[in-house]
Amino acid sequence: MNRGNASLANLLPGALGIAAATAFLILFLSVESQAGIAALLLGGAAVVVATARFGGIARMRRSFAGDEGAMNLVVVAAALVLTGFFYEDHFTLLLVATVMIYMVAALGLTVQFGYAGVLNFAGAAFFGIGCYTAAVLTKNTALPHVLVLLAGGVMAALIGTLLLLPVLRTRGHYSAVVTIAFTLLFKTFLEVNDTLGGPQGLRVDGMNLFGWRFNDNIEIGETLEISFFANYVIGSLILLAIAFAFVRRLERSWTGLNLDAVRLDETAAACFGYNISRWKITAFTIGNFLAGLAGAIYAMMLGFIAPTNFTFGDSLILVSIVLLGGIGNPWGIAVATTIVIVLPEKLQIIQEYRFLLYASMVILILLFRPLGLLPRPLRSYVPGWQPK
Amino acid sequence: MSGTAQDLLAARSLTKRFGGLVALEGLDLEARRNEVLGLIGPNGSGKTTFFNVVTGIYAADGGEVTFGRDTITNLSAQAVYHAGIARTFQRSRLMLELSIFDNIMVGNHRRLNQGLWFNLARRGAFRQEFEDSFEQARKLVKVFDPPLADRMFEPIGGFPMIDRRRIEICRALISHPQLLLLDEPSAGMTHEETTQLMDDILEVRNTFEDLTIIIIEHEMGVIERITNRCVVLNFGRKICEGTYQEVAADPLVQEAYLGIE
Repeated sequence: MNRGNASLANLLPGALGIAAATAFLILFLSVESQAGIAALLLGGAAVVVATARFGGIARMRRSFAGDEGAMNLVVVAAALVLTGFFYEDHFTLLLVATVMIYMVAALGLTVQFGYAGVLNFAGAAFFGIGCYTAAVLTKNTALPHVLVLLAGGVMAALIGTLLLLPVLRTRGHYSAVVTIAFTLLFKTFLEVNDTLGGPQGLRVDGMNLFGWRFNDNIEIGETLEISFFANYVIGSLILLAIAFAFVRRLERSWTGLNLDAVRLDETAAACFGYNISRWKITAFTIGNFLAGLAGAIYAMMLGFIAPTNFTFGDSLILVSIVLLGGIGNPWGIAVATTIVIVLPEKLQIIQEYRFLLYASMVILILLFRPLGLLPRPLRSYVPGWQPK
Repeated sequence: MSGTAQDLLAARSLTKRFGGLVALEGLDLEARRNEVLGLIGPNGSGKTTFFNVVTGIYAADGGEVTFGRDTITNLSAQAVYHAGIARTFQRSRLMLELSIFDNIMVGNHRRLNQGLWFNLARRGAFRQEFEDSFEQARKLVKVFDPPLADRMFEPIGGFPMIDRRRIEICRALISHPQLLLLDEPSAGMTHEETTQLMDDILEVRNTFEDLTIIIIEHEMGVIERITNRCVVLNFGRKICEGTYQEVAADPLVQEAYLGIE
């Protein structure tokens, strides 16, 4: 009984932090005036800095380390509360779903870059492969949409194998150059390819999961009508939860250790029997799969995709999310994606300068907090496990 | 002196060139089963090159290496490790941001289940393997330094050089290799630390039944204390071999080290 109370008390800082963050996000998303948004940003930043200064963030971290399952539930509940709050607001719900989908793609990049050290500047291209796969499959086949989602991921992973040889043969930054080239080629390929709609792009059908039609508003009784984007928020949340759990497990296994070892010292790893290529291929393929999966649901949500959605700039956004959040930390990804995606949408003054903003954020982070906003903690193979 | 049944590792006219520089020139060398062999010689005499050729980091330009009954000349680094040879590095190549346990598990690669399905889906079995490996690693670290065994989940980057060396040796030993190659384990340590580490190595030897060690070392005190036999290299060639006392008395060795004309 005492123990139960103690663990509840330990959960409190984390739960409070999540509640405060949710309240702040709700407020932030509701305010329209640019001055109000700017004021909220400054205030929010000040509160976060002050909390960190007085050890609040560390205490929240302990909550998460103490009982992960419970804290995960708190976060999911917070996301649902947020969705409920904006139940008829198309724009905000679209934004919330977009953030979640980007998180899935950024998790993919985390596996590649954060764990195995394979720098991928073609994130948007693999995301785009998922999008186009969904467009082609929903238009031309009657494939169930669960399989369309999977096909988006599989297609991205398969096309990624084209890059394997050059990525494996080159080390470090040279493999980054290979992926940059791929991003540029991908967009050009789409623009000149008429069967894929050329520069005009393609229409994509809305998602339909076992009769659950995502593009219909949800009507409850006579008066209550919930925006159909709520469906996509729920769908993306489920996808995100699965991807999150998957990446977590990957990190907490020998495989996670292998990826780290390959990133940190290839020569030493080879001297202990590591097949370097095998682990790079594993990470690269898993990452591309996640990006493609995210792309597939994104395309079905937007209903329309064009080559301009998948530029080199979009790939850079994904990379900057990973750098900003804390390389290799899934929670860092969550925070960074929210900042990077929501900020320019709300603060329209910076819309045009968003790349400038991202660039300066990344430079500042690399200078002053090279491990990111939420640095990755040491690996714990079995959460809560203590040596006897 | 040709290879006999009691030789664990034997190099025959092993040659390695870097452009015009001959790092190893027709080197013949054998390590007998269960001995501690000292590999000494001035800087640039080819000692580390020999380790790198044996462990598959460099390809030999001539000659052959046998390990037990197998020829391992120019096998990949991976294959050499799987055959049962593990090493440490002159500039300790630990993964500083990983924990002590993680670093040791890197050395345990061949004994852990690396299947993706096992790692992701069979968490119960994984947990069992994790707990077993943790116990083994802790037992091994305890031989070196009992307090270290209670700090297995701290990043190795926060520890002093002597602890890093200890962990590097644990990383090499955890998979129970038959042959351990130690590349100048005393580098970067004080005299007292070196003495401590040598005590540790001697103690480890007693806990392992079948372990042969080749050690590169500049500190002659160390060599004298822990080796059964020594091989002296100069300019990539063997100039002398025998017990420490024998090689230390050899005029060729004195010339190589002191430069007496």
